[in-house]
Amino acid sequence: MKLPVSWIKDYVNINISVEELASLLTLAGLEVEEIRYVGWAMPDYAAGEKHEFKTYGLSWDPEKLVVAEIREVKPHPDADRLVLCDLFDGKDQHLALTGAPNLLQYKDKGAFEKPLKVAFAKEGSEIYDGHKEGQVLTKLKRAKIRGIESYSMVCSEKELGISDEHEGIIFLDDDAPVGTPLADYMGDAVFSIDILPNNARNVNVLGIAREVAALTNKALKRIDKKPYETSGDAIAEKVKIEIAEPELNARFVLGLIRDVEIAPSPYLVQRRLRLAGIRPINNLVDATNYAMFEVGEPLHAFDYDVLVERAKGKEIVISTRTAEEGEKLTTLDNEERTLQASNVLVCDEAGALSIAGVMGGLESEVTEDTKNVLLEGAAWNFINIRRTANHHNLPSEASYRFSRGVHPALAEDGVKRGLYWMQKWANGKIAPDLVDNYPLPPSDPVVTVTEADVKRLLGVEISAEKIAELLTRLEFSTQVEGTSVSAATPPIRMDIGEGIVGVADVIEEIARLYGYDNIPETRIGDPLPPQIGNPVHDWEEKLRDQLATLALQETVNYRMTSPEAQERLGSQGEFVKLANPSTPEKAVLRRSLMASVLEVVEKNARLRDSLAFFEIGPVFVPNKADLPDEPRKLAIAMTGRRQPSAWDTSDAPVMDFYDLKGVTHAFLAGLGLKDIVYTPADTSTQPGAAFHPGKSAQVTVNGVVVGAFGELHPVAAEKYEFADTAVLAAEFDLETLRGVQPAYEITPVPAFPPMLEDIALIVDESLPAAKVEHLIRQTGGKMLADARLFDVYRGEQLGEGKKSLAYALTYQAPDRTLTDKEAAKIRKKIVKRLEYEVGAELRG
Amino acid sequence: MLERLNEIEAAALEALESVKDDEALQAWRVAHVGRSAPIKMVYKEFGKLSKEERPAVGKRANEVKVALEAALTERAEAIKTAELARSLEEDHLDVTLPGRPVRHGGIHPATQTLRRILTILADMGFQVYTSREVESDEYNFQHLNFPVGHPAREMQDSFYVEGGKEDNPLLMRTHTSPGQIRAMREFAAESPENPPSIRISLPGMCYRYEQITSRSEIQFNQVEGLAVGENITFSDLKGTLNDFARRMFGQHARTRFRAQHFPFTEPSAEMDVECFLCEGEGCSVCKKSGWLEILGCGMVHPNVLQAGGYDPRRYTGFAFGMGPERQAMLRHNIKDIRYFWGNDARFLEQF
Repeated sequence: MKLPVSWIKDYVNINISVEELASLLTLAGLEVEEIRYVGWAMPDYAAGEKHEFKTYGLSWDPEKLVVAEIREVKPHPDADRLVLCDLFDGKDQHLALTGAPNLLQYKDKGAFEKPLKVAFAKEGSEIYDGHKEGQVLTKLKRAKIRGIESYSMVCSEKELGISDEHEGIIFLDDDAPVGTPLADYMGDAVFSIDILPNNARNVNVLGIAREVAALTNKALKRIDKKPYETSGDAIAEKVKIEIAEPELNARFVLGLIRDVEIAPSPYLVQRRLRLAGIRPINNLVDATNYAMFEVGEPLHAFDYDVLVERAKGKEIVISTRTAEEGEKLTTLDNEERTLQASNVLVCDEAGALSIAGVMGGLESEVTEDTKNVLLEGAAWNFINIRRTANHHNLPSEASYRFSRGVHPALAEDGVKRGLYWMQKWANGKIAPDLVDNYPLPPSDPVVTVTEADVKRLLGVEISAEKIAELLTRLEFSTQVEGTSVSAATPPIRMDIGEGIVGVADVIEEIARLYGYDNIPETRIGDPLPPQIGNPVHDWEEKLRDQLATLALQETVNYRMTSPEAQERLGSQGEFVKLANPSTPEKAVLRRSLMASVLEVVEKNARLRDSLAFFEIGPVFVPNKADLPDEPRKLAIAMTGRRQPSAWDTSDAPVMDFYDLKGVTHAFLAGLGLKDIVYTPADTSTQPGAAFHPGKSAQVTVNGVVVGAFGELHPVAAEKYEFADTAVLAAEFDLETLRGVQPAYEITPVPAFPPMLEDIALIVDESLPAAKVEHLIRQTGGKMLADARLFDVYRGEQLGEGKKSLAYALTYQAPDRTLTDKEAAKIRKKIVKRLEYEVGAELRG
Repeated sequence: MLERLNEIEAAALEALESVKDDEALQAWRVAHVGRSAPIKMVYKEFGKLSKEERPAVGKRANEVKVALEAALTERAEAIKTAELARSLEEDHLDVTLPGRPVRHGGIHPATQTLRRILTILADMGFQVYTSREVESDEYNFQHLNFPVGHPAREMQDSFYVEGGKEDNPLLMRTHTSPGQIRAMREFAAESPENPPSIRISLPGMCYRYEQITSRSEIQFNQVEGLAVGENITFSDLKGTLNDFARRMFGQHARTRFRAQHFPFTEPSAEMDVECFLCEGEGCSVCKKSGWLEILGCGMVHPNVLQAGGYDPRRYTGFAFGMGPERQAMLRHNIKDIRYFWGNDARFLEQF
């Protein structure tokens, strides 16, 4: 909400700076998001004043920008479209040159009987350039325009930073005091206030002024309860109100004003409305908006004579009801609207007049010819209004307020205030009384709050008297009994609950006025609950560290993706679908984490020649009966060179299956897992065709399959825009992996020197290396501490279909140094076993 | 004979003068102290000498041999030193050539910030509690005191998920707060008559239906804290969060608490931290205000305690919530929130 500070000052007498006021409101929950200066002096940051708010706008130099009067408009000798204003600024006479089109009509009329009051800028004034796009500062300098010396000007709203209006100069109200600095007469600062949902009562001047009065402990100036004289027939003789559903329409108030004279509103009213973001129309419409801004009650004005005509001589009966599904109404923006059954309408006997609380109908709206006005103030159900306004996409000042909740008591205050301004600005005659149908007055809760309650929630002791005093400032009616305060909610707000909820609500108000700053800072006195930790979370963090240590970079992807993106790895089964996706690219929740990480590889394919990523997170699996399952996964993807290229190693080797296997194994071993078995992946159980059938493996730990990895299937890889190196990927199910028991025990470092020996064995090409190693280890027994494959060789001298596997063997006894003889014996056993079992031949 | 020994010595030492490298030195060694060197010849001829001559010649021959060997060692040392000096002189690299790049792993900046926050909270006794990302309206809104049609729901536009019931649709959680209800219910179930105190942190991914821009994302992490007990106050909340701010933002971090509104807390507040970039002077990061909005907080609403199985007449609690990505953006001057899930190597490598 935009609110001119001058307006707040109409209702509360404060002598603090604009920034102090903004700070006070901000701390109390009415956050001032920015301050726009329109004339008043801005704080001088250069002088070291601290920034507290986003601040912009224009200050008007009180010496140079003043109220002046034009006494005569004379023609320019050489230019038809320019005039010379004979002008008095309270001290001196000036001749001001201007091309303002709205002055042309006064040309050659001689000296005015009633001078024109204007905003006058003297030489050296800093204002905005009216002829440039946007707001460009300029300094008025002496210049010759078409032979006439010009050094000052009469200003438009744009030049003063009030609005974009530059069609003509501002005509001030007749009572504007000549010679007064413009900043004093009509300067302002405008707050943009973020209104929170519980602050619906404060979307208006009085609400904010009430807060300011409470926060500064000053009196709030109230609006006169009997502000105007009435005349003519009482409205009750002319109009009746019927309410079909009080739940949707708790109150409906009408007032009548006759013989209004439509004209523009006073300039100061127009200026205020503009600063508040409302376009001035005429004195009737402006009166409804002005009163709404003051009191908080949106008003609607009907052309009374239209209703009289529609009633065809009968009494006017205004009724409220829900619409027929499909019923039509043309709203005042000249759009025919098709209504829903939940929309509430204001009707007369002839049919619908307006969409309640949202927008008026075209037929009965006030026009330039309106003479008599029926003014509506009502209370609507805020949820219903919210739905209606959203459905018809009709955000308005009225629906903004009604959809947050306006207390029904304000309906009467609003209508009276509207009538008051209409009478003042349009000279109407107000009919006696109002018609008021009030079937469902809200119960304004009475909350009992004790000193102990306050202490319990805020941790600070505040006496019952002080509690009562603070609440009274916010217009609660309070009564103190011992340490207890009974507080009746004032009939302006609907955010205070009943019972224990009401206590919390009221304590918030106490805390706000007491000042959050004044509440002390304490350590929690409650005993620390048992510390149970979160092993799953801790374990996942350990995984991340493991993988980062292995030179993999963690990624975090959107969980929302598209089936197309996911199914590049083959069918993934059913997806969890979004009902309202923001784009087709984010229409489902991922089922394959690997697909997400591969997208990262794709995205970076041309940026780096060595890529290795991992991600840990959930995938989403639909579950017909319940919320989706969210199993957690680990995915890895790698491609490119084993190390990034350097200036002397542009042909570093490219990663393949065994690089990923090395990472996988190191990662699993790092988790303390021992019994890790790799077998060719069972392609029949794999989802889709993610992996190359000959270059992928399934990982089994302690007999449980925990995941799979390998080179991407060429068909899948083709669907991505990878670089031309093989892409390797892995996916693990974390719940399964976590279920595998690690061995935390380590093996001791031997105290005696080992015996080292290499052997090379010629075996059939088809024999898996793991089988050979298994036999070596099994046969070597306890004395064989390690068997490490260090070379695989194929060559002519070995013969077709043969390979040589070379192992470095480490013989080691825990309690002594082994002799050559002992080692030779073990080796002999191993070779013999291999000869016998797999037909291996010791290579000479 | 003695004369000859003198000559042998003089000739050898003279020859050594011109020896400048290892190869020459080896040649000299063979020539002057080797098996057929002149000095060795003297020994061979020893037998021909008279008994009287022998002691003097023997002594002298030994002296010469020792002298020559010493000269050899000395020369070898000198040559080695000279060689080293020369090689040090000649052998140098262009140290300005780039080092060989290393592919190094790393933890995503969002995770890093989460860890920092969670570590501090853990030190203060708040234990990590994780919960699901797809939620029901009931847990995400209703139990948290957002009734159907409540205006505050508009502050959290949601992504809905197919398959829910009409009165309880499924959605991507808009905050980690549904975890508060899940946690309270889980703890309360242990002892419904006498539920235990709670002190937990709730990290995780949340979702809101927004335009993705440099300043807003549809997916973001949140960390909430929840303390429930029979003696938890707003002043405890201030103390806890000030402790947190001092550890997270520095020992001299200044904070302020502003009134705020959240449906699930009452009273509610927003904690601002004095801008650590400009120290309150006003800069573009704090939008010239000197303050950074860091977290929302408040006393747990009685309806929320009730929904969690904690009697609001007996228990009170506080909760707070913050965005790790926002904190990372402030700390690292990241201007575009889209970097986080963009996973561009050029961004990730910088952490």
